[in-house]
Amino acid sequence: VSAGVAGGNDFQWCFSQVKGAIDEDVAEADIISTVEFNYSGELLATGDKGGRVVIFQHEQESKNRPHLRGEYNVYSTFQSHEPEFDYLKSLEIEEKINKIRWLPQQNAAHFLLSTNDKTIKLWKISERDKRAEGYNLKDEDGRLRDPFRITSLRVPVLMPMDLMVEASPRRIFANAHTYHINSISVNSDHETYLSADDLRINLWHLEITDRSFNIVDIKPANMEELTEVITAAECHPHQCNVFVYSSSKGTIRLCDMRAAALCDRHSKFFEEPEDPSSRSFFSEIISSISDVKFSHSGRYMMTRDYLSVKVWDLNMENRPVETYQVHEYLRSKLCSLYENDCIFDKFECCWNGSDSAIMTGSYNNFFRMFDRNTRRDITLEASRESSKPRATLKPRKVSTGGKRKKDEISVDSLDFNKKILHTAWHPKDNVIAVAATNNLYIFQDKIN
Amino acid sequence: MFPKGTKRKFSDSGEEPVPSGDPGPVVSSAAAARTLSSSYSLQRQSLLDMSLIKLQLCHMLVEPNLCRSVLIANTVRQIQEEMTQDGTWQIMTQALAAAQCPADRLVATEVLCRQTDAAAQAGQSPKPFSVVGLEDGYRSEEAVMEGDVESEVNMSTLSPVSPQLTSASYLAGPFGMGPCWEEEEEECDEDEEEDSEECVSEGEDGDRDHLTADSRTGEQVFGTFEIKHPAPPPDPALEELFSDVDPSYYDLDTVLTGMQSAPKMGPYDLLESLSSHGPTALSSSSSCRSDLNELDHIMEIIVGS
Repeated sequence: VSAGVAGGNDFQWCFSQVKGAIDEDVAEADIISTVEFNYSGELLATGDKGGRVVIFQHEQESKNRPHLRGEYNVYSTFQSHEPEFDYLKSLEIEEKINKIRWLPQQNAAHFLLSTNDKTIKLWKISERDKRAEGYNLKDEDGRLRDPFRITSLRVPVLMPMDLMVEASPRRIFANAHTYHINSISVNSDHETYLSADDLRINLWHLEITDRSFNIVDIKPANMEELTEVITAAECHPHQCNVFVYSSSKGTIRLCDMRAAALCDRHSKFFEEPEDPSSRSFFSEIISSISDVKFSHSGRYMMTRDYLSVKVWDLNMENRPVETYQVHEYLRSKLCSLYENDCIFDKFECCWNGSDSAIMTGSYNNFFRMFDRNTRRDITLEASRESSKPRATLKPRKVSTGGKRKKDEISVDSLDFNKKILHTAWHPKDNVIAVAATNNLYIFQDKIN
Repeated sequence: MFPKGTKRKFSDSGEEPVPSGDPGPVVSSAAAARTLSSSYSLQRQSLLDMSLIKLQLCHMLVEPNLCRSVLIANTVRQIQEEMTQDGTWQIMTQALAAAQCPADRLVATEVLCRQTDAAAQAGQSPKPFSVVGLEDGYRSEEAVMEGDVESEVNMSTLSPVSPQLTSASYLAGPFGMGPCWEEEEEECDEDEEEDSEECVSEGEDGDRDHLTADSRTGEQVFGTFEIKHPAPPPDPALEELFSDVDPSYYDLDTVLTGMQSAPKMGPYDLLESLSSHGPTALSSSSSCRSDLNELDHIMEIIVGS
């Protein structure tokens, strides 16, 4: 009997680690705003509202207990963005990190892109564990030696030192976005990347900071006619000429950069026809797509709207091939969720390494996983209560009316301030990272 | 606009209630339909009020979320279209026009700014009814979950404050909390005082942006934040003064990207501006932001976007 769900086999998710303060008093700056594994899964980066980036590194398994995966420990912490003030508009520019995207590793150093609302930065994270000693012209303190006292030459020798991890900004891509950047995506050519704001998408070369190509522009000539904005964008994982962008009206456009310099005309247009029986004043708002992610295979893409996750086959534009309800019990609460602005929360979603399962967050620190093969789903909770080492996570259930069973939680008891917007799945293993406000939870499966 | 103390049964689905025949056999179907449709109207009106307030309460420090603003604006548009179709829109705007007191109708710019300031300080602007009414509506009313009469759900628990978070960090909409509301008013009062000084100096230059008499159709939901005149004779001197103004400054950027220098307007003032009727309107808020719009344009040119 497989109690666990995701992954197809008998997976059971258990607690591994939690990072962050236990304090009930959460500082706004500590709220995690993005989570991302690198290509190998060795590194896990988080960005927060205070503009900081924290990178965790996976330690090797201990030889004594090989059945346990190693832990993620802090590798590097740096201040990526600072708050700025736009003097022309008299408005603050938040330092909150909206997205982090890793570059594929090409040498010993690691590179990542981090962005706030206006500026993208390329950071180089490198290790230093050796130091040269035995210089001729200066001694160990760095003081210059008196040249007359040098009687012989020696070759400096590299001596080991305590590991030091340095983060340095290598490129700053600024002044290209009038509106708030919501997405960045590294292209499969590893030379270019795209950045998207509410109305425009730009294509950059990683080496060039003073220029970018505008490839999508949906700003109307008359801003009064604005009814739709760009909500997310991503490059295709294999075809470097293809990218998609989603909109606030629940549509996805796939564009081919070979077709034209300005990709205002899409190659493919994905939209599911609306169900007229469920139409309400909130229909458009809940159809707004908050995240779009290609599968690793590049055959599918997944979109997240307020109540569901949809999987699309790139060859079929008129409807998704799979739809998963995340928290359908909220459909009757939309007016209250509109009042308290929760209806505008932007949830992300992610694929597992083999594209057989998908994960997304919900409220009350719940997150959901869907197995695409077995069609089973599970709801789990990221909480301190279930944070005993290697404790198996218990599936959670929300009661939708009528009798509430034991261990179920009613819709009205849900804490809408505890929202899981950002989750990440290790590219190869069954390890997941879940951001719950200011805490980062790491869960892994019990097997292996 | 609604008699106070009217108890509203607020069903949360926001969907068009279909007379299901559930009301007891004693109630005639026609009466049931009427009751349901009036509750639907009330719901729709509440939603409209809420949306208009949300559009006005832009964060003062940080540029507001454009996606959110566009979605709310689209919701307002949707409601407006539906209300126009069933005729309630015209009724409402006429009622609003009739309810306005003539003291608001001042022509001179600086006086307008001052008057708006005074009006705001008098507490007219964010109509407490909408806030309180909604608060009462959502906090104290109980919602019936769709299709399930037995288990009534208390809607107040839907926007709970987690015991750990203080009221200051309460994440609900800004208008839901009294203290926040007062803060907003105070901030706006300060801004308005600054603006009235600006207004005075700039009015003399004549490069103030004011709406000309071009009529705006109902489709243009986002004209400006105007204070409407019901029917005063336009002052020819004033018209001449502002005749060369380019109304294209009133773009959505102004409306959606913060009204920090805008005087607080009641939601129904904004509603009036959405209607297609009425003669010349003089604006106050957008005029004070025209210079910011210009700078916005310049910045865009510099950025090259």
